Order: sequence, then C-alpha cells, then structure tokens
Amino acid sequence: MLTLRGATYRYPGALRNALVDVSLAVRPGELHALLGPNGSGKTTLLRLALGVLAPTAGAVEVDGRAAADWDRRALARAAAVVPQREESAFPQRVRDAVMLGRYPHLSRFGAPGAADRAIVERALAQCDAAALADRWLTTLSGGEYQRVRLARALAQEPRLLVLDEPTASLDVRHEMELFERVRSLVDAQRLAAVLITHHVNLASRFADQVLLLGEGRVAASGAPAQVLTRDTVERVFAWPVAIQTFDGRPQMIPLRSQPSTESH
Amino acid sequence: MKWLLLVLLTGLALLSAVLLGPTHVPLAELARSPIVRDLRLPRGLLAFLVGGSLAVAGASLQALVRNPLADPFLLGLSGGAGLGAVAAIALHLPGPWALPLAAFVGALAAMALVYRMGLVGGAALDPRVLLLSGVVVGAFTAAITTAIVSLSEAAQLRNAFLWLWGGMSDASWVTVRVLCLYLPLPLLVLFAAARPLDLLALGEEPAQYLGADVEPLKRRVYLAASLLTAAAVAVSGVIGFVGLIVPHFARRLWGHHHRTLFPASFLGGGVLLTVADTLARTALAPRELPVGIVTALLGVPLFAILLRRWTHV
Repeated sequence: MLTLRGATYRYPGALRNALVDVSLAVRPGELHALLGPNGSGKTTLLRLALGVLAPTAGAVEVDGRAAADWDRRALARAAAVVPQREESAFPQRVRDAVMLGRYPHLSRFGAPGAADRAIVERALAQCDAAALADRWLTTLSGGEYQRVRLARALAQEPRLLVLDEPTASLDVRHEMELFERVRSLVDAQRLAAVLITHHVNLASRFADQVLLLGEGRVAASGAPAQVLTRDTVERVFAWPVAIQTFDGRPQMIPLRSQPSTESH
Repeated sequence: MKWLLLVLLTGLALLSAVLLGPTHVPLAELARSPIVRDLRLPRGLLAFLVGGSLAVAGASLQALVRNPLADPFLLGLSGGAGLGAVAAIALHLPGPWALPLAAFVGALAAMALVYRMGLVGGAALDPRVLLLSGVVVGAFTAAITTAIVSLSEAAQLRNAFLWLWGGMSDASWVTVRVLCLYLPLPLLVLFAAARPLDLLALGEEPAQYLGADVEPLKRRVYLAASLLTAAAVAVSGVIGFVGLIVPHFARRLWGHHHRTLFPASFLGGGVLLTVADTLARTALAPRELPVGIVTALLGVPLFAILLRRWTHV
C-alpha cells in the first residue's frame, strides 16, 4: 500500500538532509509505528508519504505509484491523515467537520447525498462520537476532538491511514482508547496504518512493526522486540533506559540521571 | 425560509430603487417613464451587481486568508484604482470610459504587484505576506494619490475626492451590460472553488490531505476575487464595508459552506448596496451623497455590534 525505497529529502535551502535513505513497506492489515526524537524526520516522512513533498532521491509510492504524482483528490480517497494539529478558521459543527472527509468523493458541483450522510454517521459511530454530532468543534475536549478527526479520516474511506501524534496532550484513558480503536480498525477493515508517536511503550504494544528514526536515518526497524533494545533506544534518544518485557513486548523505563559523585 | 426572505428583499430593494427618487413617477407610468428606464433601473441593477460582486469577493478572500475580518479592499486594490482614477482626472483624459478604464488598470496593476510580493518566499503564495503586501501597496498608492490631488485644482480635487468615496451616478445600460458579460467568469471560478475553500479553513496542510490542490486554489481565488473587486471599483469607485459586513451576516445565517455562502452573499451584497444607493440619492435630494459614505455610516455601527457579539461569545 505504502512503499518507501531509499527515500531521501532535503528542504530547499537546508544544510542537511531531513531524511536519508529510508525504506518502509506498509501492507493492508499492518500497523506501523514511527518513533524518534523531535526533529528526527517523522513529519517529513508523513509529507513524503502523502505526496506533499517529493523525495530528492529514492522512491515513495502509494499503490505502486509515486505519491507526488497522484491527483490530490484521488489520493485523499486512498489515504487519510489525522493531523497533529489544525485550527478551523470558522466555527463548525462536528457533523459538518466529518462531512469534509466526503469531499474527495464528491463531484465538483454535486452535493453530498444520502450515501455520504450514512457514511458520516457510521464513521461517527465507529469513533464513539455520534453523541457529539451536533456540538460545535470549539466546545470539544482534546480527546473528543481527536475522535472527531479520526471519524473524518474514516469518512474518506481510505485504505491507508496515517496518524501524526494523535495522542499528544491526551490522558491515559483517551490515549489507550485511541490506540485500541486504531488497532481494531486495522484488524477489522484491513487498513494499512502508520502511527507517528512519542509513546515508545504503546507503540511497542500495539504496532506490528516499528521504525525508529534518528537524525533522519533509520536507526532500527522491524518487530518491536527487535527494534526496542536498550542499546538502540539509549543511542537514539540519548538517555539511559531499562527495557523490560510485558505481555511479550518490550517496555521502556527511562532512568533517573545518576547523581554526580561530586555532590554531597 | 431564509432564501425566500432574501429573494423577497432582493425584489423589494430593486423595486424601491426604481420607485424612489426626487422626481415622483406614478406607478401606472413606471414602465414608460424615461427616468425609470434610462436612469433608475440601470442604476439599481448596477448597484446590485457591484454589491453582490464585492460581497462574494470579500467572502472568498476571508476564506483565502483564513480570517473572517478580511475585506476586498484590504489587498491594496482600492489604492491602485484610486491612483488610476485620480491620474485620469488630473490628466484630463477624455471620453466617458477614461475614468473607469484608468481605475481598472490601476486596480490590476496593484493586484499584480501585491501578488508578486505575495510570492516573495518562493513558489507558494503566503496569505499572510499577501495581506501585508496589500496594506503596503495600499499605503504607497494612497501617498501618490494624495500627492496628485494636492497639486491639482479645486474642481478636480472635488471630483477626485468624490470618486474615491464611490457612486453610481455614471450608471448606464452599457455599464450594466459590460458587467453582465464580465462578472460570470470570476463568479464561476469562485463557485467552483467553493468546496476546496471549505477545506482551506482547516489550514493548508490538512486541506491538502482532504484533496484540495492548495497552491492553484489560492492563485485562482486571489485572481478571481481581485478581478471582481477591480470591476466593481472601476464602475463605482471605492465602496467599503459591503465586502466585510455582508459575508459576515451570511456566515451567521447560512454557515461557512461556501456553496451556500457565495450565493447568499451575492444577493445580500446586492440588496445592501441597492438600498444604500437609493438612500444616497434620496436622503438629501436633490443633492447626492457618495454611496461609500452611506455604506460606511451603516457599516461601522453594524460592525461594532458584530465585534461586540463576537468577543462575548
């Protein structure tokens, strides 16, 4: 569904590459977690995958076709993004906001039909957001807003779902709910999914594959147990950690920095 | 219901534009009266077309710069048009079309300059830079305009000053016909962009992920809205507030979907300017006020009320 082969990108005028030689293959029914410190190239990878940027070297393909060559509307029918943050310039109700996910399916002058409305209601229900449908976006809490954005992405009826730090600023319960929901969508609808996150432990527990980026390069990739070793994690995040196994998956515990021997 | 009311208001506004005036025309002679046929009817229609165009231009620019307080004249077009018009007056350019053409050329020149400055950071059009460029170009052209005005004779000065405040007194069937030929293209371009503009409200990157081709969209919308504004300013001078107030009310009543917002704004803008022009020529008859003064006198209090409600929500 999504393939990167040696993808490299340098922003215009930048001194160094934002992404170097990254390869990745996401197939239907697979949830891939994308981990890495701030500035490691995660969002750049998302932009390449969605064709907003074209790689300066290597290839990025969706369904075997260069992502940057896709017609934007056609790509929006195949791949949906839950963006990290966005702010509507004008007030909007939840149902209307989710209907925006149907736009790539509508003809230029055609109005949304009964089928589109049914898909919107189904997407709202799938994200446990049906009760929010008539609320204004501005009145939603962080967790509710995130469910609405996921519903909008589902209304696009995509085969590839990309989530950019969807649980930033959510509490434990909402975080877990979102990861559970994404996992079950991937399993039930055989979606291909890429999840960008800072939650190493949740990524380890929910993802089939983990891609760990450091300074724009692949530090490690593969199953969570292969990638999340103490050496690798300490090297990439530049912090001492312990790794323990829980439910058969590695879990990371960041260590307190050792008190300096000179202090009393 | 809302639409019915709007259509009704449209009819009423046009009817009052035809009925009211310093010269009384009995209802029975309405169809035959040369005053109605040659003066009031084309003038009412012109006001309607100009008001509608300004309102749609305002609504689309608000979506483009993602700010509900944008106005069609914020992008420096009025300054360019004013400079063109004042130059035409100062140079005594002959013929009935010299003034509107000079204003149109001035507006287009300002549009091109602002657009070029908006591209300054590369190939992507940045709405924030666009806004700033509009303000800067507006200030620059206003300075030159004032310089010309201050060096010209008193009679010219008065003409130029009055023109800058807008007026429909040059209305004729020819201007109405020219607008009827000219307006459909930019209006259609904007209407075709209605749904992508809904997406743009979320920001450029989310809009792209939902299928909007953002760069061509911004260019098309900027050019079409500017062409509407340039035509409006060429035939009737600078008429403020219609492009700000009308989309604002339309957004409250119809919501932010541009497919309904554009037609509602067009009709609403038409109604407002037709009524304002009728007031302008009847309130102090036989003297006539520049219509921009009427829209400002109506628009500023309305805007103050809106701002108050806005900050209290």
